[in-house]
Amino acid sequence: MSQALSRTERIAALMNGDPAALARAISDVERQRPAARSTLEAIQPHLGRARVIGVTGVPGAGKSTLISRYVTELRRAGRRVGVVAVDPSSPISGGAVLGDRIRMAEHATDPGVFVRSLASRGHAGGLSPTATHVVDLMDAAGWDRIIVETVGAGQGEVDIADAADVRIVVSAPGLGDDVQALKAGILEIADVLVVNKADLAGADQTAAQLASMLALRAEHARDVSICKTTATTGQGVAELAVIVETRLAAGDSRRGCAAQRARRMVATAAGNLLTRELRELEAPWLQEICERLQRGQSDLESAARAVLRSAKLVDE
Amino acid sequence: MISRRAEPVRVLVTKLGLDGHDRGSRVVAAFLRDAGMEVIYTSPWQDVTAVVQLALQEDVDVVGVSSLATDHLLVPKLTEALAQAGLGHIRVVVGGIVPDEDESMLKRSGVSHVFHPGSTREEIVAEVDALARAARRERDGD
Repeated sequence: MSQALSRTERIAALMNGDPAALARAISDVERQRPAARSTLEAIQPHLGRARVIGVTGVPGAGKSTLISRYVTELRRAGRRVGVVAVDPSSPISGGAVLGDRIRMAEHATDPGVFVRSLASRGHAGGLSPTATHVVDLMDAAGWDRIIVETVGAGQGEVDIADAADVRIVVSAPGLGDDVQALKAGILEIADVLVVNKADLAGADQTAAQLASMLALRAEHARDVSICKTTATTGQGVAELAVIVETRLAAGDSRRGCAAQRARRMVATAAGNLLTRELRELEAPWLQEICERLQRGQSDLESAARAVLRSAKLVDE
Repeated sequence: MISRRAEPVRVLVTKLGLDGHDRGSRVVAAFLRDAGMEVIYTSPWQDVTAVVQLALQEDVDVVGVSSLATDHLLVPKLTEALAQAGLGHIRVVVGGIVPDEDESMLKRSGVSHVFHPGSTREEIVAEVDALARAARRERDGD
């Protein structure tokens, strides 16, 4: 693709499924370049054809390997598959090693699979700040199943809840008290609970624990499928694919309202900026507030309120 | 005042061919990350087609190929394939064991830089960063 293409030509190439145009549009969004706004605006009328499958779960549960196998199933069914893989950024350097592709090597030369790795860039909900825009770009470019893999923290990754049509939460036996960890936060958002590494001892027990936890929940919240897979061999992955397609066909979209999502993203982004700034800012008034807190003359919430009263942090 | 942070550069760290000695590429990937870069890391044994598709999809600025067992001889195929895919702006660097006579051959084939044993972390970070910014300027035309 030559750089001589105009903005309109680039958007047309994107919608025609040109992978280079898609890659570049994603970078524009990631880098917050002005071109990104016009692209995102132009594609709005063409969104909603893709179905989005979110995959989350504790680290080491086998999410990437499972996704690779699941992509194979989708390819067999003739789907064009986009994968958005989010890995954590270092809070110290801002850098990241994005290694999810290691497990997806079998699709490395398949033009029907488009994988993009994103760094979380300080966003705490399991996705990156731009992940939902990246999904929209893939949607507009004609990828019809889009898999979003979150940072594998296993808790509180509720971002995925309103960014996906179907949510898969992956766990595995032998990861310590993983079921306990699942309870807090992400179990509530699951449509499909996968017990991966089903060839290991304890898989049935893990599945049974999950089932009994579901049984305790309110009636309306019990419509969750449980499924056992062994991603390394592919065992159970075809069944998982069927479960997901059945839910999609039933119109099982709980993809949340865009307004709500935008609100939460703005709140998070503003909070991140503020945190960064307050950590680095050298200002007497800030020092005074911190000293009052240290001396016990103020409580944390009052100190935070005092900061917000005093801070005028951006001028543009 | 809150200033905007520079966008991290994106680097692909990979190995071509049959050599599996990946300690070097892991170390490099880790310190590029610590220098604030976003590093897409692959397992060894990649082929040229896979690396090109990956570089395209991930929209990287630099591809770093680690070579300890003559696999650098595959790199001219990579630079050619990148150019054919319209990715000529991407800078390719090679690190590892590269004989002097091969270095000039690599440079002629479009490789931007060869890091030999003893290259320091600071040198590598500075060079990769400068190449990445040049690649981005060339592609974006600004």
